[in-house]
Amino acid sequence: MKLISMIFMAILTNNIVLTKFLGICPFMGVSKSSKSAVGMGLAVTFVIFAASVITYAIQYLVLVPFHIEYMQLISFILIIASFVQLVEMIVKKYSPALYKSLGVYLPLITTNCAVLYVAQDNIAKGYTFLETCVNSLAVPLGFMLVLFLFSCIRERLDYADTLPSWKGNPVGLVVAALMALAFSGLAGII
Amino acid sequence: MWKSFKDCFIKDNPVFGLFLGMCSTLAISTSLNNAIGMGLSVTFVLILSNVIISAMRKIIPDEIRIPVYIVVIATLVSILQMLLHAYMPEVYTSLGAFLSLIVVNCIILGRAEAFASKNPIGPSAIDGLGMGLGYTFALLLISATRELLSTWGLAFYNPFNAEHILFKFTLPFDSFKITLFSSPVGAFLTFAVFAAIFTKIRNEAAKKEEGK
Repeated sequence: MKLISMIFMAILTNNIVLTKFLGICPFMGVSKSSKSAVGMGLAVTFVIFAASVITYAIQYLVLVPFHIEYMQLISFILIIASFVQLVEMIVKKYSPALYKSLGVYLPLITTNCAVLYVAQDNIAKGYTFLETCVNSLAVPLGFMLVLFLFSCIRERLDYADTLPSWKGNPVGLVVAALMALAFSGLAGII
Repeated sequence: MWKSFKDCFIKDNPVFGLFLGMCSTLAISTSLNNAIGMGLSVTFVLILSNVIISAMRKIIPDEIRIPVYIVVIATLVSILQMLLHAYMPEVYTSLGAFLSLIVVNCIILGRAEAFASKNPIGPSAIDGLGMGLGYTFALLLISATRELLSTWGLAFYNPFNAEHILFKFTLPFDSFKITLFSSPVGAFLTFAVFAAIFTKIRNEAAKKEEGK
């Protein structure tokens, strides 16, 4: 039961993009077409899940036994960076079209704050291994859902007649504000 | 050099112009104290990382430069975390997880890649200072607006000692306050308005340049 409510909280009420503001850069950057949004969402899901599992192991098998918890930040970010490199190579090999449309945002998954945040949050909240797995799958799914919805809205927004100074990112942020408002209305369901 | 320093505030403002480091800007801009603490922390890391990376730019192999930059930045952030934990515990707790997320702040890696890896130490340090202050400036604008609208007043306390309040005032008629602005919705809206204003300023400047 706890796990189910955790999933709903991560996807809907505590959505990582709209309530914690993490992963905003790809949220604004790759949301121009819904296809690349889904591709980005899948890549981020894979990276967050794999990175969380590995950092969990590193934390409890290496850092804690040797009392070097202060190395947490450096070791975690190195794991994430090398993982992103791996994903980049895989995507480049098997889906060149996706690789092209993601462009510079693919290596930038390293600097997607959501990845590091989830890895550290799992440790800080003292989750068990199972909870870590569930949480690190549910959080990026919430990211993907919002990214996909937002990219669909943005595709329409391109044809809208906006003021020149509001074109692009500013009006996108207004849409994000409205989405945050809509999601905050879901707060009572759990 | 002075001109490029000045550009960091309006024209090339890292937040409103280049849309870098938005996560922390949106999340931390709830109060003036958070904004100043975060802004100065980022400036500190940015200057040092720019200097170190620019000093090492000739010996870093091109293929693994990103991991090298990240290790340098992560080390600096760890140092900063320990310093803040020891000397400014209030700032440390109120910034919370966002302190360690400075590592993944795109401004820092972006400047390392775009500027420090190609330029000597002096200009890199100045670029770091300019970008850092530009970021602080943006944070201050957003957080002052949000704090004013959501609490109908502004407050600022000494970061070394939370009991020592440097200034504090509230506007009359505090039933006008809009608490929505302390929530995520307000953050997005305030950011959108400022982004539009900055785009407008940039467009006007570009038009003037063309006219000449």
